[in-house]
Amino acid sequence: MIPFILRRLLVAIPTILALIVFSFLLMDFAPGSPFATERGVPPEVLANLEAKYGLDKSLIERMGIYIWNVVTQFDFGPSFKFTDRTVNELIAQGFPVTLTYGFWSFVVAVAVGVTLGVMAAVFQNSWLDYLAVGVTVGAQVLPNFVMAPILVIIFTLWLGWLPGGGWQGGQIEYLVMPVIALSTSYMASIARITRSSMLEVLNAGFIRTARAKGLPMRRVVMRHALKPAMMPVISYLGPAFVGMITGSVVVDVFFSTGGIGQFFVNSALARDYSVIMGITILVGMLTVFFNLLVDILYAWIDPKIRY
Amino acid sequence: MPLLDVDTLGVTFDTPDGTVNAVNDLSFSVDPGETLAIVGESGSGKSQTVFGVMGLLARNGRATGRVSFEGKALSEMSDAEFNRVRGDAISMIFQDPMTSLNPYIRVGDQMIEVLTLHKGLGRRAARDECVRMLDAVRIPDARARLDQYPHEFSGGMRQRIMIAMALLCRPKLLIADEPTTALDVTVQAQIMKLLGDIREEFGTAMILITHDLGIVADSCDRTLVMYGGRAMEEGPTQALFESPSHPYTTGLLKAVPRLDIDQPELQTIPGEPPDMSRLGPGCPFAPRCLLVREVCRETMPPLVSHGALRRACHADPAEVT
Amino acid sequence: MAQGSTVEAVVEAGEMRAAKGRSLWADARARFFRNKAAVASLVVLVLVVLFATFGQTVAQWSNEEIDWSLLGNVPQAGGPSLANGHYFGVDETGRDLYARTVQGTRISLAVGIVGALISVVVGTSYGAVAGYVGGRTDGAMMRFVDLMMSIPYMFVLILLLVVFNRSIVMLFLGIGLISWLDMARIARGQTLSIKNKEFVEAAIATGVSTPVIIFRHIVPNLLGVVVVYATLLVPQMIIFESFISFLGLGVQEPNTSWGALINAGADNLRNGTPWMLAFPLSFFIVTLFALFFLGDGLRDALDPKDR
Repeated sequence: MIPFILRRLLVAIPTILALIVFSFLLMDFAPGSPFATERGVPPEVLANLEAKYGLDKSLIERMGIYIWNVVTQFDFGPSFKFTDRTVNELIAQGFPVTLTYGFWSFVVAVAVGVTLGVMAAVFQNSWLDYLAVGVTVGAQVLPNFVMAPILVIIFTLWLGWLPGGGWQGGQIEYLVMPVIALSTSYMASIARITRSSMLEVLNAGFIRTARAKGLPMRRVVMRHALKPAMMPVISYLGPAFVGMITGSVVVDVFFSTGGIGQFFVNSALARDYSVIMGITILVGMLTVFFNLLVDILYAWIDPKIRY
Repeated sequence: MPLLDVDTLGVTFDTPDGTVNAVNDLSFSVDPGETLAIVGESGSGKSQTVFGVMGLLARNGRATGRVSFEGKALSEMSDAEFNRVRGDAISMIFQDPMTSLNPYIRVGDQMIEVLTLHKGLGRRAARDECVRMLDAVRIPDARARLDQYPHEFSGGMRQRIMIAMALLCRPKLLIADEPTTALDVTVQAQIMKLLGDIREEFGTAMILITHDLGIVADSCDRTLVMYGGRAMEEGPTQALFESPSHPYTTGLLKAVPRLDIDQPELQTIPGEPPDMSRLGPGCPFAPRCLLVREVCRETMPPLVSHGALRRACHADPAEVT
Repeated sequence: MAQGSTVEAVVEAGEMRAAKGRSLWADARARFFRNKAAVASLVVLVLVVLFATFGQTVAQWSNEEIDWSLLGNVPQAGGPSLANGHYFGVDETGRDLYARTVQGTRISLAVGIVGALISVVVGTSYGAVAGYVGGRTDGAMMRFVDLMMSIPYMFVLILLLVVFNRSIVMLFLGIGLISWLDMARIARGQTLSIKNKEFVEAAIATGVSTPVIIFRHIVPNLLGVVVVYATLLVPQMIIFESFISFLGLGVQEPNTSWGALINAGADNLRNGTPWMLAFPLSFFIVTLFALFFLGDGLRDALDPKDR
């Protein structure tokens, strides 16, 4: 197991480094100094500012310093716009929020999706199956930025049950709509993948063997069919994670939850490169790390994979 | 009283192109300790017959008719009652040992669950019994191999495991659905020998589905010949092989290569097996039959006794050679 | 955002069964026209395309004109009306929503089609080459695809948009850069299964050069799968663009797209102007539904085994 993980890390680390270098070059390539927009900055002030942010050094030097800081101290440097704050402070403020509703969205998507998919497959062509298929088809056209306003119309404007935005330390009523908006389309995808893979597994020879042994259907499904049927779902967890972390940007903007997505969009609109870069790299690291976990999980479950 | 009695079994499948009748109006029985061979070409409904008996049809399949085991109607049992019989008094081994074992569960655990389910054995006792059974099917180092996964075994070994698993509860009837088709020739012989030994040792009745007539001649008491989902001919193996009374049986027998007699060339049955979704009212073999006549295309002949045999054919037995 | 759910479904569309007698395509066409949902979707899509192409000719306002008579009391007087020529009402700045929807539809459809086309050209070639050449080349090429897919691309794209200024061209480019990845995987998988067929071996035996084999013998045989997947990619690209525009980082005024219109409508939810959300959202949902049903219909038509 350990060599397997090490080998995966050997791929993961260059990926992250490539992302850092790419972002850094891109940012450097950006036309104009980030301070140029502020009118009437005298040249000497500009020079001072550039010195303060290390912009007077050579490209290689700056890149080296940046990568060194990120890798050794997890330090993404200062924000160019909020001059009194570092990127790390913004992340420290926003990340727990993103993590909280992101975690619950993930749990909901997987738990509901898998349950719905399994039930639909086991009771194929029943009303439950039609419901599940209907939900998955419907959810395809309801990505998070469509779900979010629809949820607000229903639960805030119409029923008046839930606040239309805000966070308040993540109290449940502030959590519900972000989680539903973020998880729905992935829940549907997981349900769909689970259903089709479960249907396929239920046709497998070893399921016939299990039934021939006289095992009750519940045991056949839970013990013999579930694990193999979960393999495609596990493969999908990586893309789902990327999708959700991307979708969190919409949630943050629409519900004003104050996660990193809000900082990301504000920085994008204000051309605050260091924040965009810092968040992009952070998200990249998270994704690579998550994919690593998924790989390990997959290898751990599938007896045919030898590390 | 026969051990297994199948009466007017029918198996149908609902497909997007309409209903397919895989098995029609099939009746046969198996006595205790007896071995019945079911032979016929691919697609003749052999496998679907036993799947229908065992309640293992695919989701779109449906079985009609009456199946009784030791006088009790399986076809009228609830799922829970049927599950007490399946895997205990009747057990089954399948065609493809590569896909019949669950690749995600250790071989030992797959075997043990049969014993805990039907015999209420504890894990340790069940494990010991599994080792004994694996020894009986000649798997070396059985105790250690219980903890391995199916992919760590060869095809022949997996089929041995399947056989051992099927025998764990000392079934009265073992159904073997082409148990050697997917295996190498040398392994085939070993598995058939094993099945023969087991029959003697445990006194198990057996239904053996195969298209290897050599195996049938060697080891089966009675033979049922199927074509197009129907019984063509049925009777004691020796009588059937010596004086077949159905043109399809003679065709099958002539298609077997033999070393003991001088055979100028191997004969084949001309034509293709029938499309099961488009069967007419007549005998399914009619389009390929050398003795075909008008009536064959219009009505299916009933299965009637002819000496020791039962045959379904409009032609006079004397014509059939 | 972009759902990964279509990928696994299309992979199943892999092996196409050649029908006896009639040609594969004639058979597929017959099956397609038997599928009522798919045919209805095709009709809907034709209508949407007509709307995008000729919709402006029946508009009484352009998409940039501001109706000064309504500005200031949009919530009361800006609703859909035949009398003042604002069929879909006006937006918050008094511009005709009908004209803006026509324009948004144009851009969204264009993004979808261009993204799908890029993916067809780049993805199919890439996948076919990787699959046909095989070995180390294949390993390296697919490793690169994996790497690209493991990056949270939306963040990088936004970074790109910020650095190079937001423009439609940049948006097309950015979307095109990612859209081909899934297609490459699918095309590769298909190529692997076609590669050992007799007609390819015959071509090799008669000394046909490798590029000719790939583009004359392999690629035409990928067409069925490619068509199905391209159809399913169009909605994904539309969702992708709408996502960025929803955040205000995509198309720029006076241009618009469904995502931008939905965003504007959602922002004005609390002002009592429901038409601003309803019209663009309906277009978005109906078109996406139609595209998904069309894709499903095509898949069933080209791959009858999985009904």
